[in-house]
Amino acid sequence: MSTPTTWRKPPFIQSPALRWLFILSVAAYVIGTIATLPIDWERTSEGFARAGRIFSGAFPPSFDRSGLMISGFMESLKIAILATTLGMILSVPLAFMAARNVSPKPVYFLGRGIFILARSFHPVIVAIIFVKAVGFGPLAGALTLTIYSIGFVAKLLAERIEEIDFGQVEAIRSAGAPFLSTMVYAILPQIMPRLVGLGIYQLDSNLRASAVVGIVGAGGIGATLANAFGRYDYDFALAITMVIVGAILISEAVSGVIRKRMT
Amino acid sequence: MTTDRAQDWARFTPAERLRRYLVMLAATVVVVWALSSIDVIWEWVWDAPIQLADLFARMVPPDPTNLPSILEATWQTINIATIATMLAILLSLPVAYISAQNTTPNRACLWIGRFILVSSRSVNTIIWALLFVAIFGPGIIAGIIAIMFRSIGFLGKLLGEAIEEIDHAPIEALEACGASRFKTVIYGIVPQVMPAFFAVSILRWDINLRESTVLGLVGAGGIGIILQGAIDTFQWQEVSMVLITILALVISGEVISSTLRKKLL
Amino acid sequence: MLEIKNLVKRYGKGAPVLKDLNLLVQGEQLMSIIGSSGAGKSTLLRCVNRLVEPTEGSITLNGTDITKLAAKDLRRARRRIGMVFQGFNLVDRLSVMENVQSGRLGYISTWAAITRRYPAADIERAFELMERVGIAQYADKRADELSGGERQRVGVVRALMQRPEILLADEPTASLDPKTSEQIMTLLRDLARELNLPVIINIHNVTEAKEFSDRIVGMRYGRIIFDDKPAALDAAQMDEIYAGTPSEDRQEIGAVA
Repeated sequence: MSTPTTWRKPPFIQSPALRWLFILSVAAYVIGTIATLPIDWERTSEGFARAGRIFSGAFPPSFDRSGLMISGFMESLKIAILATTLGMILSVPLAFMAARNVSPKPVYFLGRGIFILARSFHPVIVAIIFVKAVGFGPLAGALTLTIYSIGFVAKLLAERIEEIDFGQVEAIRSAGAPFLSTMVYAILPQIMPRLVGLGIYQLDSNLRASAVVGIVGAGGIGATLANAFGRYDYDFALAITMVIVGAILISEAVSGVIRKRMT
Repeated sequence: MTTDRAQDWARFTPAERLRRYLVMLAATVVVVWALSSIDVIWEWVWDAPIQLADLFARMVPPDPTNLPSILEATWQTINIATIATMLAILLSLPVAYISAQNTTPNRACLWIGRFILVSSRSVNTIIWALLFVAIFGPGIIAGIIAIMFRSIGFLGKLLGEAIEEIDHAPIEALEACGASRFKTVIYGIVPQVMPAFFAVSILRWDINLRESTVLGLVGAGGIGIILQGAIDTFQWQEVSMVLITILALVISGEVISSTLRKKLL
Repeated sequence: MLEIKNLVKRYGKGAPVLKDLNLLVQGEQLMSIIGSSGAGKSTLLRCVNRLVEPTEGSITLNGTDITKLAAKDLRRARRRIGMVFQGFNLVDRLSVMENVQSGRLGYISTWAAITRRYPAADIERAFELMERVGIAQYADKRADELSGGERQRVGVVRALMQRPEILLADEPTASLDPKTSEQIMTLLRDLARELNLPVIINIHNVTEAKEFSDRIVGMRYGRIIFDDKPAALDAAQMDEIYAGTPSEDRQEIGAVA
């Protein structure tokens, strides 16, 4: 009997043909894509000089027009608050619609369809459509973030409703309660903590998003930032970015603390 | 007595009730403040549904004449997301390594790592894109770098957490065999974080696919450029065609990533 | 030959866990260390390959003073000391062969480690040892697919792959059921004889210790209070090793106990 003196690690893909096909196609994709990317290398190589100019223009950050910055930030905050409120109000019925265990099939598919639609489009795309429909400004921003909130809150809330203890619903129903009372007594108490938690989380994430949708004209501090960039005011742009980052860190911390306290 | 108590029943104690009212009052005040001071023209608000309906009416039917160039831009969008995710994965590995408490070589590295993660994560992809469009000029390279910068923070943070959660016992055994630090990493840490690594990378690719669709709106390449062009020229039927394409792209991205996750993990 | 002289280990500012400990292990013998939890058995073993840094004293293995080695020389010294752990400490997501070969990590190049291209001699030895302990058929299985006893066999083979001059086993059977536990002990005893290898085992099960060892060391509160042939261990000494704290020690240990 002889002891083997060779050993190879069994490959992740068993069939050698398939393995090589996989390796080659990944390599071909990477090389092919990088080679055919429409990149203007000349323009790109100028970039480093430009980066130097931009950064030297950005330092020190300028807080001279802090009035503009504060009003921009307050507008972002208002957009976030209104969008969260409206989003939550709309999310509750939508979540009930999209919960498999409480609604009939057609309504369920309609509900799912609505929030798949709401989730698939990046808020910036939604914003640019709303800006065209209702004009520049915070209204477009608030509408955008309402859609954004629905996509997130309604989905998670629907999943929560699908997890509820259905015995409670049956108990209330067997007591002869009508539809709405059943919802209020048997389901709402079970999903309430999740609803509040989602609301706080969503306020935080709306505040982040409102900085972004402003860039395409939907109001708030993002609009201020985009203007500063457009006018090559890099020191002001840096100041705004710092404020945005600071606000995000604070709001993340606050919402984290509140959510931890509640549970 | 018993009947008295029944009549006195209330769901909350007075203190609880007061607190609930105060929280509700505060919430109402905040919403009213936001409503009353926000800078909108209310006639426009009441008009909004009509305007929206009007816009959507102009979008149907979608116009497929530009479909070839839309599809080409879609392909470009996928490439931006994929290449940027690959680069970000490579770059995030050392960042994750130095920003995990149990593998960082020293305090200074830990703080450098943390700083990279926080700055990358708190600036949105679009803002990164604005910056890189200013630096490298409009085009795909600005988009790739923007997505990459944002992804490093995301991947680095989650991978760093995965490294912090590994089981230390095998590491001790490898050290006892006389393995060097690097070999300990390869045999002890890498196999343990592999599942998290795949999960996080796939998740980020999915997110990046969505984010790549909007890069073009600030000039950083991809399908967003066509969308912007169509909107600027009021080609609403082409806009709806682009939107449908984006919807298909995002949904297929989600399907692909969830299949990959199931296959690999 | 392993010689431990005046070994002291103190964690932080607390009372020492090992107090001026002396021990000489010569030739191929299976030595068991018994003692209640907190007696310092595990710390003692880990001081030998410096997974735990000794505070004072010297540990000499066949002429090398281990306590004085810098990083690179320490790794070389560790290759000569095999260790088997209570929790097996295998890398779960690697195959059995990779776990076994990780015992050679101190010898092979980094490139060979990354690409898993192990030297033919190592592979041959791995198969021989796995055959010997009865796990050769699992070479390509993932370590976490194996049962406890099988996993500990992998741990033993990994340690033996180092071609160690001494084998340390930290409660190698504590996570196993009685039958498997006995199999592993038999295996360790037989291997010690076959390979002329001194083996030091920390063990809780005194019956097993008496059955399998050539020599038993009893520890209490950082000191060796018994050191003799298994036959010499009687009930009175057992009581002393496992009984409550004697008064003069009690003050010294204070909060640590």
